[in-house]
Amino acid sequence: MAPSKGRRQPPSAEELEERNTVGINKETVTNTTSTDYPGNYPDEEHAWDKEYFRQNFKVQWHQNEQFEAQFSLIGVDASIANAFRRILIAEIPSLAIETVYVNNNTSVIQDEVLAHRLGLIPFTGSKKGIREYMTFWRKPGEGEDSYATTFDNNTVSLKLAAKCTHRKDAPKDSRDPHELYENAHVYARDITFEPLGGQPKYFSGDDAIRPVNPDILIAKLRPGQEIDIDMHMHKGFGWDHAKYSPVATASYRLMPTIRITAPILGADAEKFAACFMPGVIALEPVTRQEARALGSGYEGHEGEMKAVVKDPMRDTVSREALRHPEFEGKVKLGRRRDHFIFSIESAGQWDSDELFLEAVRILKKKAGALRPQVTNMVYAF
Amino acid sequence: MAIDDGFEALLEPFYNGKSLTDPISTVEDKNQLLPAFLKVKGLVKQHIDSYNFFVDHEIKEIVKANRTVRSDVDSSFWIEFTDIRVAAPDRADFNEMRIENQITPMECRLRDMTYSAKILVDVAYTRERQRIIRRNVELARMPVMLRSNKCHLYGANNAKMELMNECPLDPGGYFIIRGTEKVILVQEQLSKNRIIVEADEKNSIISASVTSSTHERKSKTYVTLKKDRINLQHNVLVEAVPIVIILKALGGLSDFEIMQLVTGSDGRFQDDFVVNFEEAARAGVFTQQQALEYIGTRVKMGKGMKPPTGGAPQARRSGIEEGLDALANIIIAHIPVEGLDFYPKAIYVALMVRRVLMAHYNPKLVDDRDFVGNKRLELAGQLLSLLFEDLFKKFLVDLKFSIENNLKKQHRAIPVDPLLQVGAQGKHITEGMNRAIQTGNWSVKRFKMDRAGVTHVLSRLSYISALGMMTRISSQFEKTRKVSGPRALQPSQWGMLCPSDTPEGEACGLVKNLALMTHITTNVEEDPVRRWTFTLDSGVEPLRCFSGAEMHRKGSYVVHINGTPFALTRFPKRFAAKFRTMRRRGWISPFVSINVNTALSAVHIATDEGRICRPYIIVKNGEAKIKESHLRLLQAGKVTFDDFLKQGIVEYLDVNEENDTLVALYEKDITKATTHLEIEPFTILGAVAGLIPFPHHNQSPRNTYQCAMGKQAIGAIAYNQFNRIDTLLYTLVYPQRPMVISKTIELIHYDKLPAGQNATVVVMSYSGYDIEDALVLNKASCDRGFGRCQVFRKYAVELQKYPNGSRERIGDNDPSVPKNEILSNDGLADVGRRVSSGQVMIKKESPVDISPTVGLERRSNEFRETPLSYRLADPAYIDKVMVTQTDKETQLIKVQTRQTRRPELGDKFSSRHGQKGVVGIIVAQEDMPFSDSGLCPDIIMNPHGFPSRMTVGKLLECLTGKASVVKGRKDYGYGDAFRSHPLEEMSKELVNAGFSWEGKDYFTSGITGEPLQAYIFNGPIYYQRLKHMVQDKMHSRSRGPRAILTRQPTEGRSRDGGLRLGEMERDCLIAYGASQLLLERLMTSSDGVDIDICQRCGLFGYKGFCSNCKTSRAVARMTMPYAAKLLIQELISMNVGVRLQLEDEFPHPR
Repeated sequence: MAPSKGRRQPPSAEELEERNTVGINKETVTNTTSTDYPGNYPDEEHAWDKEYFRQNFKVQWHQNEQFEAQFSLIGVDASIANAFRRILIAEIPSLAIETVYVNNNTSVIQDEVLAHRLGLIPFTGSKKGIREYMTFWRKPGEGEDSYATTFDNNTVSLKLAAKCTHRKDAPKDSRDPHELYENAHVYARDITFEPLGGQPKYFSGDDAIRPVNPDILIAKLRPGQEIDIDMHMHKGFGWDHAKYSPVATASYRLMPTIRITAPILGADAEKFAACFMPGVIALEPVTRQEARALGSGYEGHEGEMKAVVKDPMRDTVSREALRHPEFEGKVKLGRRRDHFIFSIESAGQWDSDELFLEAVRILKKKAGALRPQVTNMVYAF
Repeated sequence: MAIDDGFEALLEPFYNGKSLTDPISTVEDKNQLLPAFLKVKGLVKQHIDSYNFFVDHEIKEIVKANRTVRSDVDSSFWIEFTDIRVAAPDRADFNEMRIENQITPMECRLRDMTYSAKILVDVAYTRERQRIIRRNVELARMPVMLRSNKCHLYGANNAKMELMNECPLDPGGYFIIRGTEKVILVQEQLSKNRIIVEADEKNSIISASVTSSTHERKSKTYVTLKKDRINLQHNVLVEAVPIVIILKALGGLSDFEIMQLVTGSDGRFQDDFVVNFEEAARAGVFTQQQALEYIGTRVKMGKGMKPPTGGAPQARRSGIEEGLDALANIIIAHIPVEGLDFYPKAIYVALMVRRVLMAHYNPKLVDDRDFVGNKRLELAGQLLSLLFEDLFKKFLVDLKFSIENNLKKQHRAIPVDPLLQVGAQGKHITEGMNRAIQTGNWSVKRFKMDRAGVTHVLSRLSYISALGMMTRISSQFEKTRKVSGPRALQPSQWGMLCPSDTPEGEACGLVKNLALMTHITTNVEEDPVRRWTFTLDSGVEPLRCFSGAEMHRKGSYVVHINGTPFALTRFPKRFAAKFRTMRRRGWISPFVSINVNTALSAVHIATDEGRICRPYIIVKNGEAKIKESHLRLLQAGKVTFDDFLKQGIVEYLDVNEENDTLVALYEKDITKATTHLEIEPFTILGAVAGLIPFPHHNQSPRNTYQCAMGKQAIGAIAYNQFNRIDTLLYTLVYPQRPMVISKTIELIHYDKLPAGQNATVVVMSYSGYDIEDALVLNKASCDRGFGRCQVFRKYAVELQKYPNGSRERIGDNDPSVPKNEILSNDGLADVGRRVSSGQVMIKKESPVDISPTVGLERRSNEFRETPLSYRLADPAYIDKVMVTQTDKETQLIKVQTRQTRRPELGDKFSSRHGQKGVVGIIVAQEDMPFSDSGLCPDIIMNPHGFPSRMTVGKLLECLTGKASVVKGRKDYGYGDAFRSHPLEEMSKELVNAGFSWEGKDYFTSGITGEPLQAYIFNGPIYYQRLKHMVQDKMHSRSRGPRAILTRQPTEGRSRDGGLRLGEMERDCLIAYGASQLLLERLMTSSDGVDIDICQRCGLFGYKGFCSNCKTSRAVARMTMPYAAKLLIQELISMNVGVRLQLEDEFPHPR
């Protein structure tokens, strides 16, 4: 929130804290709506201020792996954070199987189902190639040749050919299909990449197009059954079909806050700790100092264990503490409105952190597209 | 090798999460008897048992009773059927060339054949004074019930079933007639040969009636008390006969004897009954002679014994003879009169009178027709046996007739060989049985039985629908009658018939379903039991030895067997106890029931077929007979349920015997007085209601709704579903085992052939497209395969042969014709091709000339195209093409098409709690609310669905499902009726995993990104996709076909019809004054036609000329509906003159 420039006294620290906290009550969630726009609070301006944002905005990384990234965005509005989340799910392009040409399929899996299963398999390959070389494929128009729009820079060709046969060397009394038959199971690793045109330049060696997880089961075969298909991959968006979504899921949660307003001691403290996930609440002995302080509630409890908040980020907001009468009035739960703990699980084509940067880039691009329109809109008045 | 029928998993090493070494508590684990019971009995065992009984015993009895045919022409000729048996099913088109003539049910289904076996008879007959014996002569063919002991599937293990392309989980119990699967539904009716007392309060009539049923005839006798007079009524009698006359006729009893037989020494009854003597005296009947004469004159002529055909016409019988015959053979026919000893029948009639008098004093003694103990269930075997007996008797008559025809012929070249006739006449038996099962019209002339709709096509919509059909019971009551009694839930249905599973609407309560542990008895021979009773207890003495005074003395109990009194005892309790002991030891069949009725001073033994019964654990001295050791043996597979039956640990009780018992539900409820212990309380539900998790927490109609909807759910049909070619087959692409299951689900193997998916549901309102139970679906879930289903359709063509030798053929393909695009060279569609509306799938061609050829005239060799083309608007793919031959040697071609459908707006879904809803909107994943863990729902359900429906079970399913997902433990998700997991345990698991204890979690809106202001209830709920899909129903029409006769638009979606603007809609438009709209709807858009009308004569003209008036001067042109014009012309053609008088409503202002 930008600083107030109003005539009134600037809000106190408590009020700022209060404003910035979503209330977690027993049956309701309060103070949920965004307030980050000018004029929301009387006599306070809150206009967007770049410098203010620069100072207050923080990014903290918690975990950064290929398939999962967790980080905090602190100091943005829910609408911005949500925009990132939405873009991650639906608007980052990725490569997936779109067209399946069935030459022969005598397996029990029907053609459509097989095609559907193939579409959902995540693939990866040279990131540079996918990002820069590959462009979008357009569906040929009415009357046009069905391959008129298919080029090496918008289509990746794959092939899957598997035929199940009896294994000569199978042990006599075996009942395991893997031992009895060749190609009893068809996996994603059996899909072969067929480079076209200029593709070998990008997609070769370790950068070849390949399934992220080679062990995805596609179909089961029995002797005499055969699958022989060609596939075309294109780039697409998650809003078109979930298979193009580059993430398994992308979501965020708000940073939980736990405020112990009155001392919780002894057995109660243990019970209190058990109301949260392990590590959220720690038990510490009441220090002499605290015991001496009058009106703190710790008087005469020196050496007893008290509950203290250790790591609120681990809290899952199960509200268990609010359920027990002994903690009534002793604890206040909440969530920080501008602290977003993002969790991005990549499906594998991109790394999770890359995806976020891509999302930022896309949002920027969208904002860039919006700007002239807003300008024009104002002029049109 | 043991039969792997799927029950092993339940019984062996780890059943109920317990290994062999785990401690067993009888209280907890007595439910293991249930899988043991089902292993022995199975879900459709009643059908199979009944059929087995018919083909093994009853058919032999029928033939034994009518074994010989003698000729009236040649007295030395006779033919005798010495034995009969049913062989194993084989191909009807027997061919010596074939090595295997054994036929599998699957082949019958695919080739449109009948799954039937030869009926073989042993015949002895004379030919030219020689006695000839022939064995194994084919008499006819008998349709074979699947999985009966004649069927090839009998006792087959999984491997063998697979080899026969059969699903090991298929229940069997149905027939395959010309390729279609037919079920003979269980029929419910009032028990026969039992006295039922009814009271008509309005007219103060009390009557006792009995339906006597013997092999020869079925008739009903009434004894009615009306205005203090007691009469006997029967169809054969023209009018009601005073009861004393009947009793006098029955063996010449004195008035005193009659009085004693009826009333005993009870003064009240005597006072009541004495007036009836006056009645007889007034009629002038004092002796047996007079009584018989009286009755004889009132016997309807033409009834009863007709003179045998062909014999010399008998002399007119005297009245006495008529009366004697009627009394001996027709009235109360099930009490046989042997050697003119009428005493048993007199006792029986007196008993009926006594029952009427008793009911007169004590209205509580009026019988309840709806009491399940007064009902009998008629099964496939019994119905087939009735039919077979009728057909066999007809066969004998025909056989005799045709043999006599041959014998009559003088100068025969070869001696008459009756075997030829046997074969020729026998095929009528085959046809008769096939036709009856195929059409469901059961007509047995002897019993005046003419029932329609006895059989139904087995519904293969889902595994459950097929299973549900096998346990269905249909009632004989008319559906239109507005009585609540037969429809109401009867307390005696407990444990026998499912309280939930009944349809809504007109058949509500009349169509019922069997509960899980119900067994239906087959017939047990009566005579051995009768003899047993006398040897069993010396205190039981034949009734024949007693007079009425002794019978009705206080403390005397009359012993009845199947409703017929036959003995007397003064120690009924002791006798019943002894009888039961003998039964528990296996000396008497376990299905014979005995019960003591103190109100009527009677002991009833029942051995007849069609009684409903159910096993219970026997409790002796406050202790259940079942012990840990028994369960251990059961678990180890060393004993079966039948062993427990023989050891007297469990026994079957029928509804009547249940009245003599005190059954404890749980072991903790056992007291000193307890006689039996329930095996498992949830077995009061049937197989279909068993799918519902936590049914005991739901409002009861919701369970009933789910029972109806479970049968419409799309899912796996059978393991052989892709080998079948059914007219319409729905399958789910990714079916899932429910997260929350029940023991019943495991027992009926619903977990192996499920019909639904575990959807992640959040309960909140969203977008307004979810009102009125509509659901919000996640688009990404649909993309990933949620609710995806396949629809298979069959298209079949049989190539006809014509009498002139020409036959239909499949033409060569001409690829240049666009509609033949998907055809291959052989003129059949290619498998895997996409077929859209109008395209040809089978290029059939018919000969132009099909008239019979005369002489040597050459017929034309031309063919015209009569192709089979695809007609639906939505394209499909060719899934299978099958070319085969029927048993009539005509070529049969079946094409199966396949459509894969993802859920769309308007498709119907339902949870397992009678909560159906349509898809209201499909929302992109990023717009969906999400939880802290990133969880995003598949379905959003509106919370308004809960308060009025009170389906608490659904909430519990959700919570239990969530806990078991979180915990990853399968055994957590049990939602059985009356024994489900405690909820607190689930809550604890949820809290431990960081969720809220009540299942409500913090969610963030996907649209605004801000937190939702309430916590949202969420978790997995099993959702079923129902067969009602928008694609099959949506319909619109602008212009289209019209009916030829009326020229109005056709009706119905299948004919691209219009939407009718009916009478009430018309009224609305009139009231509103929208005359121009009305005109457009009724004329322009319908059947308006311009007509010439002569204003002078009022008749129709033609081309501006009135042919009646021979002038065109007064002819006016106007528009009217073609249907009206048609009506006028039709009336005129029937000599009803119709004149149209025209007048200008808005005259020209000239």
